[in-house]
This record gives sequence, C-alpha cells and structure tokens, in this order.
Amino acid sequence: MDGELAIEASGLVKSYRGVRVLAGVDLRVPRGSVFALLGPNGAGKTTIVRILATLALADGGQARVAGHDVVRERREVRRRISLTGQFAALDDVQTGEENLRMMGRLSGLSRAEARRRADALLEQFELTAAGRRRVGTYSGGMRRRLDLAASLVGRPSVIFLDEPSTGLDPPSRQRLWQVIAGLAASGVTVFLTTQYLEEADRLADRIAILDAGRLVAEGTAGELKQRVTARRLDLTCPDAAAFAEVSRYFHQRAVHLDPAGLTVGVATDGSAAQVRALLDEADPGRCLIADFAVRGATLDDVFLTLTRHTQEAAHV
Amino acid sequence: MSDALTMAGRSLRLSARSPEALLTALFLPVMLMVVFVYLFGGAVDIGTSYVDYVVPGVLLLCAVTGAGTTAVTVCQDMTGGIIDRFRSLDVPGTSVLAGHVTASLLRNVISTALVTAVAFGIGFRPHSSVAGFAAALGVLLLLFVAAVSWLAAAFGLLVSAPEAANSAMFFLMFFCYASSAFVPIRTMPWWLRGFARNQPATPVTETIRGLLLHEPADVRLWTALAWCLGIMAVSVAICALLYRRRTA
Repeated sequence: MDGELAIEASGLVKSYRGVRVLAGVDLRVPRGSVFALLGPNGAGKTTIVRILATLALADGGQARVAGHDVVRERREVRRRISLTGQFAALDDVQTGEENLRMMGRLSGLSRAEARRRADALLEQFELTAAGRRRVGTYSGGMRRRLDLAASLVGRPSVIFLDEPSTGLDPPSRQRLWQVIAGLAASGVTVFLTTQYLEEADRLADRIAILDAGRLVAEGTAGELKQRVTARRLDLTCPDAAAFAEVSRYFHQRAVHLDPAGLTVGVATDGSAAQVRALLDEADPGRCLIADFAVRGATLDDVFLTLTRHTQEAAHV
Repeated sequence: MSDALTMAGRSLRLSARSPEALLTALFLPVMLMVVFVYLFGGAVDIGTSYVDYVVPGVLLLCAVTGAGTTAVTVCQDMTGGIIDRFRSLDVPGTSVLAGHVTASLLRNVISTALVTAVAFGIGFRPHSSVAGFAAALGVLLLLFVAAVSWLAAAFGLLVSAPEAANSAMFFLMFFCYASSAFVPIRTMPWWLRGFARNQPATPVTETIRGLLLHEPADVRLWTALAWCLGIMAVSVAICALLYRRRTA
C-alpha cells in the first residue's frame, strides 16, 4: 500500500442485472491532486464513485480510499470522505444554515461547533446572505454550492463530485469551478466525474477516460490532447457515390460518418493550411466535396479516436 | 442515539414546514369526526351517545392519516439524493427512520389533543379515571401510533414514488373502517364480522373506548398491546431488511 495514494483501485468489476457496467477498472490517484473521470452517460462513472464512496459493492476487485479498504474498513473510509452526487442532498424546506448544522451534528460536532462550522462554510461559499433562506428558493448554482459546502462539514480528505456542473448555466459553472479549484488548493484530494472535456481540462491534474466500463486512456490534459484532436473538418458530398469514395479514401482516419447527410468528418487542427491540404487530398478533381465546415470536436470524436488507438495497439 | 435525535429534529422541521401535510394531519380527523357525529351518527343506533362511541375510532384514523406523512417523507428521502449523504456520514438507517417515526408521534400528540378538545366541545363526556385516560391515550394510543408509523415507514421503503406511499395508507384506513371504530360489528354483513372482530383495529379501539368510558367489559388490553407490539416488531424488522436492500 502506497501512502502517497488517496485512491487506489484494481480490477473493479460490477454488473447490474446481468449487464456489465464495469469491466476491470484500475485507478491510482495521488494525495492532494484533482482527478477527473471523463465519459459519456452510461459509461459507469457513477458506479465507480459509488463503489469508492462505500455506497455500492463491487462484484470483483479491490479499492482503498484514504488508506482504508472500502469494504472491510467502510467506517474508516466514510469518516474521511464526502460525496456530492448528481441530485442535491439537501432539504428544500430547511434553510441553508439548518442543512449545514444538521450535517455538522451528524458528523459528530457539538451544537456550538456545528453552528460555527456552518457559518464558516456559508461565508467560504458566499452564501451568508442566503443562509437563513429555505433551500427551495435557491438558484441551481447556489444549491450546488451549498451541497458542496454540506459535503465539507466533516472536513473530508477525499471529496467525490459526481458530475458537479451538470445542469448549471455557464456563469454558475464558472463560479463552481472556482470553488472546486479552491478546494484543490487547500490540499484535499478531489475525484470528479464529468462528461465535459472542458471541465476536466480546467480542473484536473490527471484525466482518465471511461468508455463502456473500461478505461481507454489516462494522462494529463496535455497528454490526452496530443492524442485527441480538438477540432473536426466535416466534408459534405453532393451524392452517395462521392460519399462512398471520400469515406473510402479516409477510411480509418474518418472520425465521423453520416451516410444520410453524406458527411465525412476528419480530425484537424483547424488551420487554413491543413484544411486546404485535406480538401485537395480528398478531392483532387474538385467534384467530390460540395461543402465543408470546421467544428469543435465532441466527446464522441474523442472516444472514436481513443478507442481506435487502443484497437490499433492491440493489433500491432 | 444523538443521530436519531438530530434526525427527529429534522423530521419535525420538515413536517412543520409542509403546511398542506400538517393541515391534513390535523384537520382531516376533526372534520371526519364532525361528519360522523352529525351526518352518520343519527343513523347509527348504539344505545348511548354516538360522539362517546366514535372518538376512539377518530383517534385511530388520526394515527393512520398521520402515518401517511411518514410513508411519504421516508419515500422522498430514499428517492432523493439525501440518503446517500446520510449514509456517507455513517448515519444508521434506523436513525433516519426513527427520526421520522418520532416526528409522527409528536404530530399525533397534537392532532389527538385537537380532536379531543373538539370532541369535548361537541358533547364528548368520558367517565374514566385519570389513570384510565392516561393508559388509553398515553400508552395504548401512542403505541398504536408508533406501530402504524413503523409500518408506514416500511411502505415508504417498499414503494418507488411518494404518491404511491401515500395511497398505501388508504389500505390502513380500510382497517379502521372495517372495525368497531365507527359502527358496531353486529350491523355489518355476516361475512365481514369475523374479520372485523379479529383484526387489530377492533381490540385497540374497544380497549381505548372501554378505558375512556369506564366499561371494563370492552377492555382487551393484552390483545390490543400484543397487536401493537407485534406490528411494531415486524415492521421494524421489515424496515431494516428493506433499508439494507434499497441501499445495497
């Protein structure tokens, strides 16, 4: 057991009703770092978080969080972690302050300590003015901040955030990101899941990409970006014959194929020189491509590219 | 234990702040009592004052409508995100549920007081000693409330939507109606009498009525206590089982 690791998991396997959700996941998260688990809906992100936070049991594999086994030393783990899920774990009809004080009492603080801790957290999350209002009146962003504050009442050393910014408008998201970055700076370990590349990029020291219950890549944002193109060139063909020819030409390099829309997408850095070169390369006779567009890569592109890498690696 | 107290405080705040649920729990039984006494009471010939006869039944109905709130709030907790927060704080499931049951008990103390006060206003005259009154309301009725509240908590754990949890309580109300709580069993069709006589609502109502009106012949204290304790024990066990299953 490595004392420098806040989270260490190996071979996590989980099925729900015969459907395999996790197919052997290994994770190593250093103490005091921010780790992002990136993946689409249904990839198994929430399942991993629930296993690590002792709320679900894995069918196979082991995990240690904050130095303790998540199954055999569940109580020890619970004392050191917090989980903020996709649904706010707050009572709408209690005020922000009452919610925090309740969590304080449940974490074993005395009445006076719980009150002090609640006040301090309200201030830290800029909710002091709203502290005496019922949570039902809060905006989505305020609610998420209070939820995060509530998860910090017991001073956890590892914080799990399951899709923290889902459903927030852009300003609230920015505000939340500042808060999370502040947490990381205070020395706690943050494990977050997200479906937004940008969020992982902004917050995380290391990112792992999860697809269909398997990690397909892991590294720093910079390392992953080198493997994943940030943008995509969509080439629209005038007819099915031209579409067939262009898609045959790009074959493995195509990251997007839309036969109905007669569109082939290829990775690009978006520069004029490269776009011009790709157009010339695919359509030297200038009759196969009617239209083109450069768009930001979606998470789908990232997955297509990354799963292709692993497939190719397997064939070498 | 301190967790359970914190959870009870929470549940009380939750009920105090959902006025619809609170008004239902407080005024529905009073309105039902008025309806029974003034609308149906005239048609029921029991030989004595109908209001004296019906008050224990209304108190049982109070307990059941109050427990409906317990079923709903337990179900809301389980379907919302908050249960995961409680679990990750290592709060035992029994504390969460005991909090809701405690709140239900306190709500019922208020609704029982209200019903009794209104009952006195419309002619209710118990002939019991203070000890009998305390035994009927302070011991047996509270025990009955605790039993149906735990049963309601089990309903709340069993169903997947709060609306379903609420409608589960109609099932319990049926037990109140098909007992001697509102009309004597001898007025019921023959095929219902066996059930009505032997289901828990009847000995509980009759014992409370016997204690309040000082009619020792009606008191089936041990049967009533056994039913309440039995329902409570089974419900707590089912709750523990369901809670473990829901949070596996």
